[in-house]
Amino acid sequence: MKPTEELMGRLEERFGHAVIAFVDEDGYPMSVATEFRVDAQRGTVLLQAVAGDAQPPADERVNVVFSHIRPQPGIGYDERRYVSLWGPLHTTDEGLEFTPDRIQHWDEQEMTFFEYSERGVPQAHHYLDRLWAETGRDVRPKLSFGWLFLRTTRLPFLTATFVPILLGLAVASWTNGFSWWLALLTLVGGACIHLGLNVANDVFDTASGADEANVNPTQFSGGSRVVLYGLLTLRQIALLSFGLYTVGIAIGVGLAAARGWELLWLGVAGVVLSLFYTAPPFRLVHRGLGEIVVALGFGPIMTLGAYFVQAQEYDLEPFLVSIPVGILIALVLYVNEVPDRPADAAAGKRTLPVRLSKDAIVNGYAAAVAVAFASIVVFAAAGWTVRPTIIALAAAPLALPVYRALRDFYDQPYALMPAMAKNIQLHLATGVLLILGYVIAIVADAAMDDPPFFLR
Amino acid sequence: MGVLPEPVETLLDTALVSELTVIDGSGRPVTHPLIPLYDGELIYLTSSILFSKKLEHIKANPKVSLSISDPVAVTTDHFARATIQGDATVDDSDLHSGWERVLPLWRKKEPAIDMFLGKRVALPLFFERAVIEIRPRRSFLWEDGRTDRAPQVFEVARAIA
Repeated sequence: MKPTEELMGRLEERFGHAVIAFVDEDGYPMSVATEFRVDAQRGTVLLQAVAGDAQPPADERVNVVFSHIRPQPGIGYDERRYVSLWGPLHTTDEGLEFTPDRIQHWDEQEMTFFEYSERGVPQAHHYLDRLWAETGRDVRPKLSFGWLFLRTTRLPFLTATFVPILLGLAVASWTNGFSWWLALLTLVGGACIHLGLNVANDVFDTASGADEANVNPTQFSGGSRVVLYGLLTLRQIALLSFGLYTVGIAIGVGLAAARGWELLWLGVAGVVLSLFYTAPPFRLVHRGLGEIVVALGFGPIMTLGAYFVQAQEYDLEPFLVSIPVGILIALVLYVNEVPDRPADAAAGKRTLPVRLSKDAIVNGYAAAVAVAFASIVVFAAAGWTVRPTIIALAAAPLALPVYRALRDFYDQPYALMPAMAKNIQLHLATGVLLILGYVIAIVADAAMDDPPFFLR
Repeated sequence: MGVLPEPVETLLDTALVSELTVIDGSGRPVTHPLIPLYDGELIYLTSSILFSKKLEHIKANPKVSLSISDPVAVTTDHFARATIQGDATVDDSDLHSGWERVLPLWRKKEPAIDMFLGKRVALPLFFERAVIEIRPRRSFLWEDGRTDRAPQVFEVARAIA
């Protein structure tokens, strides 16, 4: 790559000195700092002459490096950037004239360290392959079992399962009864299906190349990358996904056998939707249906399922109360897909952010949040859900920074990361407050003969 | 007292960044900014496998130089500049944790490294690292930082100019 006039023109404002590197007569590299001026139009750098044994050879190709960091006492440093240029060096009356014809550079304010690192993954594999060949040792990268399991399954996302299931259990406790062991089995079964889905998603995204094409992964998007990094093989994660689904399905079938076969259809719907979320031939997320699938799976299906296990019947109330939870978890996916959209588009994964404009996505987010919280108000006001669930409105302000970040940092994946975290908090806080609403109603009902209308 | 002149050792002990120059397969110098660590005998640099071309170059040609040139990145009262030439080896016998032997030296310069290490799960390949060990052969010192004046040149442990 050749240096551009724009980049050359900014060298003086971005760097305080240059370092000339060359090979000396003994065959050792020599590097020496000096002052510099740039003539961007001519594409040359005028370097102050160096004295003594450190003089670079005349009329030879050298490497000139500009490097900058800003020390942060007690922490380390930031503002890392460097520009490395190669080209011939000539002696003139004014000093040393350097005419670069090749460049390598990085500025962490233009390309985040995460992306810079991600672009180094092929080199890491190249190095490991050579080392393996040289030594005969297995030199795969490692993580401890716990961290590897957490990363592979994306364990922290389990809140998406716990919220709707606990909500279903809370509604069942209000309207019917509650069994601890059935609740525990429901949570374990739901968690297994969810983790199986997460891993299956990685299997298909790795196989399709979507994860490899993504050089802007965040902790919320871009997949677990365990295969891409060489931490596990595709076969290993496929087996893990199969194992998790098997346990989840076995628990689901057991619960259906114990509590009523009507549960089976809901379970089948959940498993099928989760599998075909990324699996061929349907690949629902590739068709822009991922948000709907996630809203259904982590909303009504889980809440109704958890309710049925306890109550042995279906009812309108758990369905209604799951609607805002389903919308908000779909919005987690929706926002997390924003930084992934170039890689998703390249892999044919036509999610909503791939299909729609920035304005449509940002306004769509605001509209969906409004619908979610409006539904909480309407259902509680109408008495279709218990009225204390209205306290979930307290979580609504969490949506504001997410909306603003989408508006302001739509094309900056790492600047969006705090908003992605806030969006997950929005779902979690709303869900917890809805559950708390039911707990308040249950406690009030137990404590009072005739609780006031706003407590039931 | 180590193997290098005291002013050079002071620079190595306090510099947050240095420029490591290696020679690539076509004989071309290639320079990388890295944190220098020094124990009085050897200079240590660590490199993630993500940025491991320099390691391949060193394995093919161990001759390297390291300069300390940035007045902003050195916390001494009296700024000087230095370049050290030497012979480097790459220790990649345990990429996962072998480099942790230089962690105490690294921590002194970048205390936040412990926080990053705690989040190893987020950047697993970044913490698969080799250690570059440089045995100094010759050092050049510009006491006032001005390289338009001739440097003092020292063979290891013996001043010759």
